[in-house]
Amino acid sequence: MKKVLDEGKLILIAIPVLIWTLLPIYHLFVLSISTQESMLAGRLWPEKPTLQNFQIVFNQQHYYLTNFWVQLFNSFMIAIATGLITLFIATCAAFAISRLKAPGGRSIMNFALATYLIPAAFLAIPMYKAMGTFGLLNTRVALILAMVALASPYAIWVLKQASDKLPKELDEAAIMDGANSLQLFRLVYLPLMKPSMVVIGIYALLLAWNEYLYAFLLLSSEKAVPLAVGLGLFLSADDAPWNLLMTAGLIYAIPPAVIYYGFRKNMVSGLTAGAVKS
Amino acid sequence: MTTTAMAPPATISGDATSGQARDRVLWGVLMLAPYLLVFAVMVVYPVAYGLWLGLNWQSYKALFADPIFIRTMVNTVVFLFIAVNLKFIIAMMLSGFFVQQRAWVRIILVLFILPWAVPSIPTILSFRIMLNPENGMINQQLFQWFGIVEGPGWLTDPTLAFASSILVHIWKSLPFWTLILVTGRLAIAQDLYEAASVDGANKWQQFRFITWPSLATLYVTSTLLSMIWTLGDFNSVYLLTGGGPGDLNHVLATLGIRYMRNNNLDLGIASIICAMPLILPMVWFMVKRLSKGAE
Repeated sequence: MKKVLDEGKLILIAIPVLIWTLLPIYHLFVLSISTQESMLAGRLWPEKPTLQNFQIVFNQQHYYLTNFWVQLFNSFMIAIATGLITLFIATCAAFAISRLKAPGGRSIMNFALATYLIPAAFLAIPMYKAMGTFGLLNTRVALILAMVALASPYAIWVLKQASDKLPKELDEAAIMDGANSLQLFRLVYLPLMKPSMVVIGIYALLLAWNEYLYAFLLLSSEKAVPLAVGLGLFLSADDAPWNLLMTAGLIYAIPPAVIYYGFRKNMVSGLTAGAVKS
Repeated sequence: MTTTAMAPPATISGDATSGQARDRVLWGVLMLAPYLLVFAVMVVYPVAYGLWLGLNWQSYKALFADPIFIRTMVNTVVFLFIAVNLKFIIAMMLSGFFVQQRAWVRIILVLFILPWAVPSIPTILSFRIMLNPENGMINQQLFQWFGIVEGPGWLTDPTLAFASSILVHIWKSLPFWTLILVTGRLAIAQDLYEAASVDGANKWQQFRFITWPSLATLYVTSTLLSMIWTLGDFNSVYLLTGGGPGDLNHVLATLGIRYMRNNNLDLGIASIICAMPLILPMVWFMVKRLSKGAE
């Protein structure tokens, strides 16, 4: 009897939690299969669910969607470039700090941590000004560089911690065998760091894919912006076709969600363990 | 290299291996170089440039004369206080739910993480449409179920719009912190609870004397980190209400961008510099804490 009562209490918590969590996502989905009329009627479920919105988005048959494919491609390119460059930079830096005990490594780590902690929104304007003086405004390179700068500190920190956990004896044995630093990196460090590197690569990739503020500051031409900014363009009109916006938004949300759930086990433990050390 | 092979481990950093030591320093510097380059170009230079632009005394005068700035300062403090506390109280309670060892609870946890896993732009825009006072789903449903003709102005009433931004912020960040606290709770030894319940401690006493003391450090660290990130939350305000209605609901993270878009870059920089006394002590504290934890 007490068991049943406990179960009942848990269900009473679960229902509001689920409604709260899923409502906006459900709403996103429902609008993507709604016609304009049933959307304006605010229905919980469309009268006649339709896939027409997807057709319109894929064929770019609306003013706001004229660059849908280019923007989707931009999102992919910027995310993948950010992921790869961040991975390269952070893997090298973490090796130098953690295994080679490079001079100044500790203070560099602290500076990097400070960069990670200062909210990106407060670095945006200075970075925008700097990009202007470099003549890089409205190039995708600018956004990639900015995202690498924002993603690297945390990446280095997580990889350094993972690297610190590798036994010292491995290095000592390799050095005794006459391995130089580069061989140490290639033959000992890289193979053992692979799981953490996957997590960090994905972290940087998702950070860049999801970024809105920097993309909309640094890029202005509609052909250069990623899809995140393309979606924001709908906000310029009050009577924008919300159902098309939600359709494009759904398409935009699917890749990161799939990646996230595909790597969920690694992501949750990797990122939460790194985020807060008690 | 043959000499090193014969040297005992204790002398690895001795004379015989000075070649290796030099090799380590060389590669150490080389491998740090890419990050240092990015750091110098993308962080140090912009920040120095920003500080230099911020030396203009006139812009601070103009800033403090602007009623929107004063309002924004108040908003930021209120936003921070409500959002962080509410989020952590809920996260603390929900973490107690999600540690339950049941298969269906674990399935709900997978769904519960969705707001964190899904990019924020589409979901915040979804909120924005859903809360639209005229055609949004919420007010339309209020009309259909309860006959409320004029539903609440979720995004047009200043107070409600502000509250909506806070709710959207909590919606997005709650899963992450709940997960952190779940991890913390799972690390508490179960026999403590068993012993306590044998001694007749009720649920509240178990929380008060076992859970809370074990989680206190984690809770404080998390709250601080969340405060910093909440201060920097641009999307929840900008994409939901644009700081409106009537620029009444800006926070420091969005105000700088507003000034910039109005071609008032100096005021934007000045408003960011005004946020620094709030942010830097927390950042400094967290850097110390995190780098100590990493040892």
